[in-house]
Amino acid sequence: MALALASGAVSLSFLDVGQGLVDTVLGEAANQNALIVGQIRLPRVLLAAVMGATLAISGAAMQGLFRNPLADPSLIGVTAGASLGAALIIVTGGSLLQGYIGLSLVSAGAFVGGVIAVLFVYRLATSANGTSVATMLLAGIAITALSGSIGSLLEFFADNNMLRRISLWKMGGLDGANYPRLILASVVGGALLVALPRYAGALNALLLGESEARHLGIKVDRIKLALIIWVAVGVGTSVALVGTIAFVGLVVPHIVRMLAGPDHRYLMPASALAGALLLVVADALARVVVAPTELPVGVITTIVGVPFFISLLRNRHHYGMQ
Amino acid sequence: MNTLQLKGVCAAPWGQALLKDIAFTLQPGTVLGLAGPNGAGKSSLLQLIAGDIQPSTGQLTFCDRSLTEWPPQERAQRLAFLPQMSLLSFPYTVEEVVRLGRIPHSSGYQGDSDIVEQALDLTDTASLRHRLYTQLSGGEKQRTQLARIFAQILGQESLSGSLLLLDEPTSALDLAHQQLVLMATHQLAMRGCALVVVIHDLNLMASIADQILVLDNGCQIALGCPEQVFTTTLFKEVFGVDVTIGHHPQEGYPMITPLRPTLL
Repeated sequence: MALALASGAVSLSFLDVGQGLVDTVLGEAANQNALIVGQIRLPRVLLAAVMGATLAISGAAMQGLFRNPLADPSLIGVTAGASLGAALIIVTGGSLLQGYIGLSLVSAGAFVGGVIAVLFVYRLATSANGTSVATMLLAGIAITALSGSIGSLLEFFADNNMLRRISLWKMGGLDGANYPRLILASVVGGALLVALPRYAGALNALLLGESEARHLGIKVDRIKLALIIWVAVGVGTSVALVGTIAFVGLVVPHIVRMLAGPDHRYLMPASALAGALLLVVADALARVVVAPTELPVGVITTIVGVPFFISLLRNRHHYGMQ
Repeated sequence: MNTLQLKGVCAAPWGQALLKDIAFTLQPGTVLGLAGPNGAGKSSLLQLIAGDIQPSTGQLTFCDRSLTEWPPQERAQRLAFLPQMSLLSFPYTVEEVVRLGRIPHSSGYQGDSDIVEQALDLTDTASLRHRLYTQLSGGEKQRTQLARIFAQILGQESLSGSLLLLDEPTSALDLAHQQLVLMATHQLAMRGCALVVVIHDLNLMASIADQILVLDNGCQIALGCPEQVFTTTLFKEVFGVDVTIGHHPQEGYPMITPLRPTLL
């Protein structure tokens, strides 16, 4: 964390960071270091940590629910729906969307888009006999494809400026970090971090199969709905605030499971921690690699995550995965 | 008290009738074997008793109380189901899988551990406890799942009021472990647990079942003790096989030997 606070286009020593933090807390935000640390880097690093934790714990919950170690929060359509919502606002809003209000509108569009997509997927997969997880997966893929092609259609009609905004937004970035966003993220992320681990026992039972979980006295349908709502809200918020950050939700729980086993009582908190760490590090890298400009953080998480993931996959038999 | 009572139960979960007019009662400590050709409705009947399939007509009571009236957790403390196939593809250790059986209970970590030990011993899986489930052989997986089911209902000295549903618990087991599972089910029955068991090896079934219910096309063809139910005409009519029926040299229960069809 301290390293992430210290690194950036203007590099600061740990001492500067400490001094800056103290100044910020004391409300003396006059000097430059205090401004950089307190107003720019601190909210950004904290936002990265909260969003990383949110994405990773959502991923852990989805992988348990779908009984598939390769499931990802985006499988239920939330990411694609959010992207479409954001693109829709960017294209239709056009030049109106300048500055802070524009950014908030795009975020709101993303959140609404994500939640609508999930509700649609959930309705498609639910019949009188309950919710079929397999159908949900397929419906999620269909909605993702549909949102993707509508998005492409929008991009086709968009001008250059809009295109750039859409594609930058899609790559994800934490450069919009400020305290209002951080507070919103912390409220949602905090709620998720408290709520999801309470389903750890039920998720453990669900890995045996749905009817087996039911025979163990678990109210499967109620838990499925609750988990999907939590994940939709969590991932919807994260896409709305920081764009689509690929790979954290997929790869972090997977890595933690290989190292610590599939028991959700440990898997969920450990994933949240690891996700926070990965995103903070990735964001720090994004800021320093080509300073003074920044790389999109989604690119970094993927570039850092994929080689590690591939090496784990090659050795998967050590970890008992098929 | 009856552990289980079915009266005129029919089920047609997908429109077509799977089970027609099933009726029997099961006392604590008795073992009911379900026999019948493939697709006769044996597994469907187990699923019906486990609450996966709802009866369309008729009455199903578990411990004198309608099955649907049971709160899920309370029911799970007394009714456990071993399905034919297991979907588990995550690398839990054997001990972790068995411990999942304790989810409906709140007997504390230490209490759970004692019961997990008992279940591991009953199924000879104690030596596998640290192995990963995904790397086990078929028979070892089956014994692990059986241990999980045992862990789910063990706990009290008297098990009257508990019910185990076992769908082919011995299909992947070697001879020694088949005998071990028979002993284990026998022990549980002695402690008052009622069991409903599907086993394709009818000699094995005759050795543990107090009662046998024969199903064909979802209909109840026969119900009674093995000596009454297993007759040459029944095997001819239901299974289409000519058999000769002898007796076990020590225990006296019927032993079925199929006769080869005469070649022309």
